[in-house]
Amino acid sequence: MDRLKGIIKKEFYHIFRDKRTLLILFGIPIVQIVLFGFAISTEIKEVKVALLNQSKEVSSHQLVNKILSTSYFKVDEILENEEAINTSFKKGRIKAAIVIPPHFEEDILKNKEAKVQIICDASDPNTGTQIGAFLEGQIQSFLYENAQKTFGSSPPIQINTEIQMRYNPELKSAYTFVPGLITIILMLICTMMTSIAITREIETGTMEVLLASPMHPSIIILGKVIPYLALSFSIAVFILFLGKFVFGVPILAHFGLITFEILLYCLVVLALGIFISTVAKTQQLALMISLFALFLPTMLLSGFIFPIHNMPLPLQMVTKVIPATYFNIIIKALMLKGATISEILKETLVLAGMFVVLVGVSIKRFNIRLG
Amino acid sequence: MEKIIESTELTKTFGDFTAVNKITFDVKKGEIFGFLGANGAGKSTAMRMLTGLLSPTSGAATVAGYDVFTEQEKIKKNIGYMSQKFSLYNDLTLMENITFYGGIYGLSNTQIKERGEKLIERLDLGNIKKKLLKEVPLGWKQKIAFSVATLHNPKVVFLDEPTGGVDPITRRQFWEMIYEKADQGMTVFVTTHYMDEAEYCHRISMMVHGEIHGYGTPKELKKEFNAQNMDEVFIHLARGDQYNLK
Repeated sequence: MDRLKGIIKKEFYHIFRDKRTLLILFGIPIVQIVLFGFAISTEIKEVKVALLNQSKEVSSHQLVNKILSTSYFKVDEILENEEAINTSFKKGRIKAAIVIPPHFEEDILKNKEAKVQIICDASDPNTGTQIGAFLEGQIQSFLYENAQKTFGSSPPIQINTEIQMRYNPELKSAYTFVPGLITIILMLICTMMTSIAITREIETGTMEVLLASPMHPSIIILGKVIPYLALSFSIAVFILFLGKFVFGVPILAHFGLITFEILLYCLVVLALGIFISTVAKTQQLALMISLFALFLPTMLLSGFIFPIHNMPLPLQMVTKVIPATYFNIIIKALMLKGATISEILKETLVLAGMFVVLVGVSIKRFNIRLG
Repeated sequence: MEKIIESTELTKTFGDFTAVNKITFDVKKGEIFGFLGANGAGKSTAMRMLTGLLSPTSGAATVAGYDVFTEQEKIKKNIGYMSQKFSLYNDLTLMENITFYGGIYGLSNTQIKERGEKLIERLDLGNIKKKLLKEVPLGWKQKIAFSVATLHNPKVVFLDEPTGGVDPITRRQFWEMIYEKADQGMTVFVTTHYMDEAEYCHRISMMVHGEIHGYGTPKELKKEFNAQNMDEVFIHLARGDQYNLK
């Protein structure tokens, strides 16, 4: 026990005396939070639109007012002709243009059929589609209200759809990125830092001296990973707090269950780091493997940035072996939906299985290395 | 005299390759035993088997009375090991290194403090006690590494090319420390590339292609090959001549 304490203490010296380690440990989480929290926004909020109103009648103004009644859109420019639309788009000032044709009011009243054109900037397809759908919704509700006012009755037949955005009613991006960041950052710290910490000792030759000592190899490894486990856990807690108090993301599940799941995931990614250190002979290689073979795929394929069900089948298969995929589901279900263990049992078991396999393979490889 | 290391036809193969081929030798208590050989001759592999870092393929050997096949954990408690690379932590201070290594060998806090102070006094390092080791010159570091490797008073200390890259004066001081320990009854098992250092050893063995081709006191070996110094002995042996003291 005293020996284990000695190694843990020594590892903390290594961590707190190395500027690069500190930078990765504390710099990356902070940069990621700032980036995702403030710079990268996927929300529709005060989207700038241009307006080409060729009708200039009462109805058309009412329509425009309706669109602007939400905080989602803001008129940036009133255009005079169709050529100006292109220019505005090219300048990048607007995301969408609304064209109301002449005789708009007349068409509504006489023909009961009017046209409005919505042009979206689809160079960013997701945002384009989203803005288009929002604008269409606003126009439909205008039509509905207008019909009641003008004719005193609703249109003959209609189905009122009521969409409820459950678990994230305001469609805030923080609801995805806070759980996602916990997933990514834990992976980064546990896997990359431990694999580097272990390969560094192998590279400098101190590992050999430790192995020649009466300490069991498992104690050596345990002593080396416990500090990273503790640090990762405190960083996870820190992000949870930031999520709740700065970005307003709820934490609905039981605290004990969240702790358990975070620790389980930490263990899986720590084991992954240990496994890498049994494969890579140098710190540099360990870093490369962690970054390019693990970090990037995890970022792109775990469902954090791109939805998994939209990926081509081969990539979907890849997501199945990434621990982060399962933890991302777990932590979202816990934070946003208040899930209990029975609802995330499958994912939990997969992670536990991964842990057992990784530890087994690492021990086997470690023994091969010792001859 | 009591034999502290005894090896009989100890062998290690990696697949088809035989790294160490049936080496037989013994080391007596308090002896300084030089383990020589060119790069790739199998010295490190043999040493790793004796220190419990590697399991042998066949043969038999005991270190401090314990079997290298079955009692590796007990061997590790009774030996000290200084690896070829500088094996202390550069980002820890001298005292932190001493505390750490004392700790992993199970010394009590009082023992660590006592022996640490003695070590610092012996090496006259009081002024760098609180400095990180990376600020200490290499020659000093090697002496510190040796002292730390013997802090727990092991029965045998294994030194893997301890004086590589060290200046002549420091090397001399280093050997004085080795003699000191041997006088106290500690057995020193040392590999080296420097043939003048081989002369300092009580007895030596010389490995060529995984086998021991020369084994005896430096004097005997020089006499056998009619050589002026160990350099010439080394060249004879490397060419394929053999000498084994029975």
